[in-house]
Amino acid sequence: MAERDLEVQAKRELEPEKEKTVPGKYYVPYTDIYENSDALVVVMEMPGVEKKDISVNLEKNELTIEGHIDFEKYKNLKPVYTEYNVGHFSRSFRLSSEIDQERIEANVANGVLSLRLPKVEESQPKKIKIA
Amino acid sequence: MANTLSNPFDPLLGLQRALDTAMSSDWFGVGTSSRGSFPPINVFQDEGGYVVVAELPGVARDDIDVKIHKNQVRLVGKKTRDYGEGVSVHRREREIGHFDRTLTTPFQIDVDEVKAEYRDGVLALHVPPAESEKPRSISVQ
Repeated sequence: MAERDLEVQAKRELEPEKEKTVPGKYYVPYTDIYENSDALVVVMEMPGVEKKDISVNLEKNELTIEGHIDFEKYKNLKPVYTEYNVGHFSRSFRLSSEIDQERIEANVANGVLSLRLPKVEESQPKKIKIA
Repeated sequence: MANTLSNPFDPLLGLQRALDTAMSSDWFGVGTSSRGSFPPINVFQDEGGYVVVAELPGVARDDIDVKIHKNQVRLVGKKTRDYGEGVSVHRREREIGHFDRTLTTPFQIDVDEVKAEYRDGVLALHVPPAESEKPRSISVQ
């Protein structure tokens, strides 16, 4: 596949089902999700979010990820030209396969969160031998 | 009535409002904007000059090349992803590819004093004006 020139993906503002108690814009992180034989992997772009400011919550089958921006860095900076806004990130997914909550692994690199959600044994595909 | 409560989230709201306002203004003139090019860029001013901030999530430090020339800042690089073989993809929203973007500042840049920081997928360039651009006071005879 030939590599192509990148275009900007405009940030999508979150339209929450329930309003947040704290005012301010939230954005929906661009996400890739893929699956291999033993795990589901969620890859999210959250530029500017430090590892300590990411929270991952899995309740029943609902996975919620939030990433908070540290606005202190923008103190004393006066915007002169802007193309994007900054804000916290938030997104939830309903998972189709059962996840082993104890073995979830999270890794952050260059503003991208990778979450490895291992499937529980029962939901892993099994090969059935035909006698 | 003025809000006298000190709210720790006020800086957030203030910044978001300021960015929105700057986005709808025509500071750099009509029609010369290069909005839509990757990466998106915000330019701030501080006491040392301009601070150019770009969001590059998923771009490795070694894949970013910053070039400064006279009054131009050029960002070149590539964004890649590697999920390995034999995976089934449920959702694909992240884009990958090359980028090459040049920004012109309204002053000559002090090339030796430019500082670049890259953290958590955000590149910040501190771009000070050259000595010759700074105002000088002339003593009146």
